This record gives sequence, structure tokens and C-alpha cells, in this order.
Amino acid sequence: MKISRILILACLVFAACSTEDDGSGDGGGNTDDNFDRGAMLANWADNIILPSYENLDEDSGKLEDLAKSFVENPGNTELIALRAQFKVAYQNFQSVSMFDIGKAEELNYRSFLNTYPLNPNDVESKIASGSYNLTLPSSYDEQGFPALDYLLFGLGSTSEEVLGKYTLDANAENYKAYLLEVATRINALTAEVTASWQGDYRDTFVNNTSSSSNGSVDRLTNKYVMYFEKFLRSGKIGFPSGAITGTPSPINVESYYSGDFSKQLYLQALSSSKDFFIGKHFGDAQTGESYQSYLEALDRGDLADDILSQFNTIQARSGELDQSLRNQVETNNTLMLEVHDELQKEVVLLKLDMLQALSISVDYVDSDGD
Amino acid sequence: MNLSISKYLNSYTEAAPLAVFRIGFGIMMFASILRFWLNGWIEKLYITPKFHFSYYGFEWVKPLGDFTYLLFIICGLSAIFVAIGYKYVIAIITFFLSFTYIELMDKTTYLNHYYFISILSFLLIFLPANAYFSVDAWKDPERAFQKIPRWCIDSIKLLLGIVYFYAGLAKLNSDWLFNAMPLKIWLPSKYDIPFLGDLMQQEWVAYTFSWSGMLYDLFIPFLLLYSRTRFMAFLAVIIFHVMTRVLFPIGMFPYIMIISALIFFSPKIHHQILNKISTLFSITKTKFDNNRMLFKKQQERKFITSVVAVFFVIQLLFPWRYLLYPGELFWTEEGFRFSWRVMLMEKAGYAEFKVVDSETGKRFYVDNSDFLTPFQEKQMSFQPDFILEYAHFLAEHFRKDGHKNIEIYVDSYVGLNGRKSTPYISPEVNLLNFADSFKHKTYILPFEDEIKGL
Repeated sequence: MKISRILILACLVFAACSTEDDGSGDGGGNTDDNFDRGAMLANWADNIILPSYENLDEDSGKLEDLAKSFVENPGNTELIALRAQFKVAYQNFQSVSMFDIGKAEELNYRSFLNTYPLNPNDVESKIASGSYNLTLPSSYDEQGFPALDYLLFGLGSTSEEVLGKYTLDANAENYKAYLLEVATRINALTAEVTASWQGDYRDTFVNNTSSSSNGSVDRLTNKYVMYFEKFLRSGKIGFPSGAITGTPSPINVESYYSGDFSKQLYLQALSSSKDFFIGKHFGDAQTGESYQSYLEALDRGDLADDILSQFNTIQARSGELDQSLRNQVETNNTLMLEVHDELQKEVVLLKLDMLQALSISVDYVDSDGD
Repeated sequence: MNLSISKYLNSYTEAAPLAVFRIGFGIMMFASILRFWLNGWIEKLYITPKFHFSYYGFEWVKPLGDFTYLLFIICGLSAIFVAIGYKYVIAIITFFLSFTYIELMDKTTYLNHYYFISILSFLLIFLPANAYFSVDAWKDPERAFQKIPRWCIDSIKLLLGIVYFYAGLAKLNSDWLFNAMPLKIWLPSKYDIPFLGDLMQQEWVAYTFSWSGMLYDLFIPFLLLYSRTRFMAFLAVIIFHVMTRVLFPIGMFPYIMIISALIFFSPKIHHQILNKISTLFSITKTKFDNNRMLFKKQQERKFITSVVAVFFVIQLLFPWRYLLYPGELFWTEEGFRFSWRVMLMEKAGYAEFKVVDSETGKRFYVDNSDFLTPFQEKQMSFQPDFILEYAHFLAEHFRKDGHKNIEIYVDSYVGLNGRKSTPYISPEVNLLNFADSFKHKTYILPFEDEIKGL
């Protein structure tokens, strides 16, 4: 009977062609008019993500070394060197924070390294007791860069007072131990994530060109957009300025204790986001396949231009901010709110227009903001 | 006129096609329910969310906690009873009620396909689908009939015809035909489909798919009706639905439509199918071939034919209700659902809600993920009725939290079919000043472009 044969044939075709999340596809994009997503993933991995991590890995290694020297000999020279290295590492962390995928996601790398505001009371009580376990998620807000910020700048109003905690204080040994523990952990976690990109994960990531929501493009894009919305816009500007809560909250500023450093961190995060959008290699001016070229390949160069020009607008407005965002919030919060509005426009362009143009669905489950 | 209608209503045909349809429908429905369960969707869509979006007038229909699983069990079991034709009337009524209840629990999951199942199962309540080749007919030869009124088979054909034809009419618009939207966005993202991935990148393919999809929907009912084109039309049904299955995540629907389209074939083919089933399960099919004709009492017949007639009048008119609203249908979505507008839009939104204390002027923004699942948030952000319902929910929530003088505003943007996103709901409007209704929603900002066509 003809009909039943056709039905059987149809079922076979169905089975053969079913595409329900069957993992990695076969690449696609090897003809001229196709955008090559594999090449974009390779550019991301080889020229942006891995070099950013390797750079930070080096910095965090030095950070641990300098923390050791300081602990062995807590003098002013050592403190100055450690503070300087803290700033270098913290700033370079801004270039990897958005890549919450693979090992970083598994370890909750970002939450351990940069959950702020810090909980100084808990930090102090842990130092006082001398017993703690920093691997627990409940200790996110007691470690990482915000903890170093506190331990290096927040323990007193002058360097002498800070040094006093590590020398004259009854708990000096515990302060030193905690400081070293935090610096060591930053380095260990960074080394672990960097090693995974140097190892097998790079290929796993690049080869997963599937168009499904498990594909690397979909997954990292969701992470990227979420980072921009939750961590850059809300975390760095939205919460401190009260744009979200209605109440300005200087304590929510990143690197609250070192004071004049917060704008620099924010600008670094901003330019790293922009560089990722245009596919700029880490550390040099060359660019490769990126969202920008992807949109252009889909005939949406207009949208790529809009996104880029909005990045430029944000950067221009942000240039006017005080070196210390805490100062900015306390003196002229209006500018903070205006910068937030500009960031907000970019969120709409990225999360709505870009995801729509790339046909990527929003499927992330939000975690608590840091 | 009256004479020909009553003549038509008194003409008879074989019951076999309806029996095959009943079996296919029951099995498909059971498979759908099972698949839904195994995919973990009961948990994900009905148990996990803290809040559910209700249809206007059906706010009382809510998930039942862990009893929701029981509801699905009832629905799945009744589908099996329908398939084997045992206690058919109770089974199909149970199926209709439980399935429709499930669909009404949260409009986030609305699909035209589900609506189709609901109204089809409603129609099946009034059709003698257990008259032939069913357990009911086997157990009680008094209730077994080989022949049934012709309109019973034709009504299913008509419903299928409406679905296709109206879906075709909905494609007669400038976005679909002249901009190949939304296929121009969707197809290139299917780059990793075997064999076809590269082809999907070509613009002409999007246009070809758009136009052939429109022609297919408009003409397939007629080509299936006409015996000389029927076989080719059925091939087209298979190819079309296989393609949609390959390209889009639309679950069981293609299978359901292919099996349903069998109803257009002559009784001969259905007898062949039933013969196969009989051999497979050692059923004496001849026991059903009793040549008896189903006559119902005058009153019952009148009742049933009136219900079915009213049902079809509603089906024919309901999709046109959007004409009563001002503004672009795709933008406002007033009258969009229940109208066979399938896969017509790539629409997405972004909505942030602001809670304001009207006395003090203090305000804060809501994190939608505190209340909605990502899927709910996605659906909410571009549909005005969702936005309004959510605003009222937020007000209620924060009132309980002790906030006073609450006003709710929304900053929202929507992008439609490749256009750059624009503001959607007026940000100056306190949403609490509006209650949901079938009236036009005046707080929707105008669409800044024009989509021509139906």
C-alpha cells in the first residue's frame, strides 16, 4: 500500500533530520556567503579569551608573590608594591569577568573573585576567630578582589594605620594569614580557569558550533549580554547610583575602599565589552570575526553601527565621571544616572535587537548580582 | 435550499475514516502528553513558576500543585480510551476538559496547535467516533454502526480546511511576502542542518519558503478534497510538515497534521488501514461490518447539528475580530490568538517595571527574574495583556510587602520582524489605572511602520 510506505519514509526522514539539541553540529559556514561561526569562536578563544586569562594569570601570580613578601615583611615598600599589583590584577580581571563559561562557570569564578559590596563584619570576625573556609558559596562576599581592597585600603585611613593592623595589632598574624589566603585563592582559581582554556576546553568550545541553545555561540552570547546588563550596567553604575533601587548607595561602588580606582575598573570593563563586540584581539589592534562581522554578514550592519556608536556615546559620557565613583554618587549623582540611561540603551540594543537579529533566544537563569 | 441541506444531513457514508481518525488522534494525544511529561515540562512550566499568566475570564484556572501530574495522567488515560473507543463519550469529554484546563493554566505556553487540539476534541464530543471499530461497538452490537451521516466526516475536513486556509490568509501581508520576514531571520540560524544548512543562508530560499508556504496553506484543503489531486496533495502535506519539523521546534504538531490529513482519503483506504490493525491485533474486523446506519432521535440530531453549526460559525468569524481594533495587529496583538496566525512574527521585547510611591516619589526597579521564569519573561515582554497582568501582580506583591501608594510604570521596547526596537508601552502611564478587558489598550504606543495586507 502506497500510503503506508510513504508514511514510513516520512518517519525515517523525521528521525534522520530531527535536530533537537543533538549537541555539536558539523560546523557549517564553509562557503563564501556563509558566516563562519567556527572562525568566530576560534577568534574569541584564541585571540581574546585565552590571552586575557593568561595575562591575568601572570598578574595574579605576581599578586600572590607580593602578598607573600608583604606577609613576611609588612613594611611600607611592600605595601605600596602589593597595592599597585592589586590594582593591575583587578583591572585585568575586568577583561575576563564576562566569560562565565566552562571552568569559570563550574567554579563560580566571578562570584568568588568579585562579589561586592564586601561584608567587612564577617571578614573581621573570621580574622578574629582565625578559622574559615573560603570555598563555601556563603563566603563569596568575604574574599576576592573586594576583600583585598578592604585589607589593603580599608583597615585604616592612612597607610600607617593599615600597616599597624599587620604589625602592632593583637591579631596581626591573623590579618596576614587572611590576606595571604585571599591572594592565594585568587591566583589558584585564575590558574585553574586559565589551564582549562590552555587544555581541552578550547577545542570543546570552538568545535561546538551547534545552532541549538547548547551551542557555544548561543551560550556565550547569553553570558555576554547578561554580563553587560547585570554586572556592568547594574553592578557598576545602577546600584551605586540608585538608578535601580531609587536610593543612591555609595557602599555598592566597586573597590569602595581604594577610593579613586572605581572609574578605571568600570572603564576597563566597558572597553573590554566593546572590544569583544568588535572582535579585537587582546593586546593588539587587530580584529577578527565577531558580533560586528556576524551582523554585517546578516545584512544588519545598521544594527552593528548603532551598537558601536552607543558604545562610543557611553564612553564619552563616562569620561566625565569622577575617578572615584563613590565621590561621583555623593557629589553629583545626576551624571551617574545619565550614564546609566546610556548603558540602558545599549542593553536594549544587545539583549533585544542583537539577539533577535542573530536568532539567539534568551534562556539564562539569573543568579544574584554581585 | 432547505431541502438540499436536509438531504445532505441525511446522506450517509462509511464510518471507517472517523474510526481511523479517532485511533490516530488518541494515540497522538497520548504520545504528546507522555512527551510533555518526559521532557520535564510539567515541572518547568506549571510547578516551578511562582506566578501564572491567566486568560481573561479564566483567572480561576490555575495549576494544581502536585495534583497537576494527576491532571496529566487523567488527560493521557482518556486519550488512550479515545483511541480504543472504550466509554468513548466520557473519555472524549474528559479529554477535552482536562486538556483545555491544562492549556488555560498559563497563557505563556499558548500555541495555535494546542488550541486546535482543544476545539477538535470539542467537536469530537458530538461525533459518533465509536460507532465503528471500537471497544464500545464490539461490546454492544446494538451501538455498532458501519455507516454514519456524511457530515460527521466532513466536519473534520472543514475544521482542518479552516486551519490551513486561515493560516494562508494570515500570510497575505507585506512582511511575509515582500520582505520574507520572519523566515529571513530564522532560516540562516539553521546553518547546521544536514544538507540544507548552506542553502538556508540564501535570501531567495527565504522568499521561496514564504511564498510556497502561503500557497500551500491556501490551496491544500481544496487539493485534498479533489480526488484527482489528493495523492499529490498528501505528498505535499508530508513534505511541508517534514520541513517545518526539521527547521523549527514544533513538537508533535507535524505528525498530528499528517495523520489528520488521512481523513480526506476514501473509505477504501481506511478499511485497508483497519484491516492491517486487525491482523496485527487479531481482531475480527468483519464483526463491525454490519451495514447498519446510525440514526439518532430527531431531538438529539437537532441538538447536535445546531451545536456543530454554531461551533463552525464561531470558528469562521472569530479570527476576524482583530478588525474591530485600531492599530497594527502584529504590534498590539489584539485579536492575534485563536486565529491560526502561525509563525508569522519574530517579535521580542524588553520590559523593566518601575514601582513608584505616588506620595513620596520614591521608586525602584523590579528584577523580573525574582517572579518569572525566563520563558515567562520572554513572553511577557512583548504582549500587552501579559504586561498589564504582571503589573497588577507586582502591585499586589509589593502592597503585601508593606509598600504604599503604589504606581507601576514600565520601560519597554519591542522589535518586530527585523525592525529596530522602539518603545512599546507608554512609560508615562500608571498601569494600575487599567484593568484587563477586550477593549482596545490605549497605553500601547503606535507602531511606527506599516504592514500592508490582511
